[in-house]
Amino acid sequence: MSGVTPARGLDEAMFDAGPASGSPSRPGRRIRFRGLGLPIYTVLALLFLLIPIAYTFVFSFNDSGKLNIAWQGFTFDKWTSVCSVQGLCESFGNSIIVGLTATVLATALGTLIAIALVRYRFKARSAISLLLFLPMATPEVVLGAGLAAQFLTLGTEKGLLTIILAHTMFCISFVVVTVKARVASLDPALEEAGRDLYGSPSQVFWRITFPLLLPGIAAAALLSFALSFDDFIITNFNSGSVDTFPKFIYIAAARGIPAQVNVIASAVFLLALVLVVVAQVSRAARAKRLAKLLP
Amino acid sequence: MAASTASFAESGADLELVGITKRFPGFTAIESLDLSIPAGSFFALLGPSGCGKTTTLRLVAGLEEPTAGQILIGGKDVTDTKPFQRPVNTVFQSYALFPHMTILENVAFGLRRRKLPDPVGKAHEALKLVELDHLASRRPAQLSGGQQQRVALARAIVNRPALLLLDEPLGALDLKLRRQMQLELKTIQTEVGLTFLHVTHDQEEAMTMADTVAVMNKGKIEQMGAPEQLYELPRTAFVANFLGQSNLFTGPVVSSTADAITVDVAGVPIVVPRTRAQRHAGEVAIGVRPEKLTLFTEAPAPAAGRNILGPGRVTDVSFSGVSTQYLIEVPGIGELVVFAQNMVFGPVATVGTEAWVSWNADHGFGLDDDPVDIPRSVLSPVGPGDSTESIAIQRRIALEEELEQA
Repeated sequence: MSGVTPARGLDEAMFDAGPASGSPSRPGRRIRFRGLGLPIYTVLALLFLLIPIAYTFVFSFNDSGKLNIAWQGFTFDKWTSVCSVQGLCESFGNSIIVGLTATVLATALGTLIAIALVRYRFKARSAISLLLFLPMATPEVVLGAGLAAQFLTLGTEKGLLTIILAHTMFCISFVVVTVKARVASLDPALEEAGRDLYGSPSQVFWRITFPLLLPGIAAAALLSFALSFDDFIITNFNSGSVDTFPKFIYIAAARGIPAQVNVIASAVFLLALVLVVVAQVSRAARAKRLAKLLP
Repeated sequence: MAASTASFAESGADLELVGITKRFPGFTAIESLDLSIPAGSFFALLGPSGCGKTTTLRLVAGLEEPTAGQILIGGKDVTDTKPFQRPVNTVFQSYALFPHMTILENVAFGLRRRKLPDPVGKAHEALKLVELDHLASRRPAQLSGGQQQRVALARAIVNRPALLLLDEPLGALDLKLRRQMQLELKTIQTEVGLTFLHVTHDQEEAMTMADTVAVMNKGKIEQMGAPEQLYELPRTAFVANFLGQSNLFTGPVVSSTADAITVDVAGVPIVVPRTRAQRHAGEVAIGVRPEKLTLFTEAPAPAAGRNILGPGRVTDVSFSGVSTQYLIEVPGIGELVVFAQNMVFGPVATVGTEAWVSWNADHGFGLDDDPVDIPRSVLSPVGPGDSTESIAIQRRIALEEELEQA
């Protein structure tokens, strides 16, 4: 132990996600921008990042016809008639089903793999660790085509099931990497203490290991869902006639993307924004409470 | 096992290790260890890092499985049982408090797992014992190191285990707090009457707290006994230097009577009582504790029953308040350490002074080691050896280097 108690280390790890939490021990060297150089650069960079999102949001209110390219006037119609575009809501529903199922499967399997890789010594452990990186390093086109070939050989009919399998496959790697870091930071003595205090293996897992890994598992699940939700390449190879949201947009792009797509994209974006704000606020409140309790 | 884990142990139980061997891939941590700890005693396993003491503790807790041998608690063989089936609780070195639970829930954890009645009431009682009941609703991260240590202790003793294992639980505390916790631990042990097995590398801690100390080295027990017995009559060079400091000499036995042996140390006859010497013939290693030596600045008159070495030169004087430590280089013998009580103001000799030392022949001891097996560094008590102090110094040097590089 390096003098930091595991308990405190965990809490710090939970808070480390925010940019404000790290207080560097020595001040970094300051780069001097003369005059307006830095503000202008910063504004330009932020604009570059935010313009596509702002565009999507603004054009969800565009009173457009089939094409949603030029501004035609403000309306709420597209928000109230999202599902009027044929196939849009169905594809969105498919994406949600695939995303949730693949997330649950990949998170469960990936968490177990991560615990095994960190906590146990077995044959080919490092080889497995390495191989798990491959799906992340392989181009998606190759993964998608390879999987499609396998499904063809097996004679599996392409549809929701094959999409879910494909997404679970590439999400596992990300889950393992995310959860592994969390398991590695967990003092093995905590689980040993649980066993020592009359906890059976399953009690120790559910009462100690799982709650302590939860922030990592939650992060891995969010990542999985996000990856699955916007995957196009692998989906396109393995979906057959089933459309997901990204696939719908891709196909629609040939004819002109309806403004309802912007509505769904904006709604997803707003939901994510709300979640982030809630998380930040509760974090700040917790930090404040902790600071008050500590002398 | 259900019967013994479902109820509170009324008192401690004996622990017996029979021929325990533990091999890890590449090395043997413990080699056929036999150990018997009577019920209700405070037993300390003392040794340097890597000597196998923590492995021994983990074997007893069930967190490791022995390669060979048997573990008996209260006469019952528990070798093949899982940790949660053993009437044993551990206070971990890192405390291992569950960070996501309140202090109260931490303490009640073991009681709840065994479905004992009134876990909350019992947890409060245990927290009262360590005087932390007012912090019951806090999280471990909101407690200081010393408070966390006491919670870890409460969490273990609330289960009234037949055997309580302590894995260097005081290592992370500062000196003052450690002294205070040592006293508290000792009081609690007497109060609740449990069998304590305490693992430590701190010889002072082991000596102040334990009824019986076993000094462990390289997976074996070198010597076991009451603290004062180990200190006054070490049997091996390792014990002589790990438990405090010693002046060690080697030489052949030149004469031997019914009461004493005389050893020729670089031409000087040194007398050691026969009962205090492990070997009585041939090349032997003998020693004497630094505080048993008396320092003279003039040659003392030879007296019966006293050994005299000198003249030598004082090479170092370090004043530490109650006592002064002198280093004296005696030609042909090496450096001697003398601890002298400061009966007058300040040191009685300065660096470069000619000096003699003498000691009561009854205070010497003869070691069991073959003199050729004793490393040079141990024979000269200063300089790096296996003692806790020198390990600490080496660590600090390594740490300082690391910090400089960073």
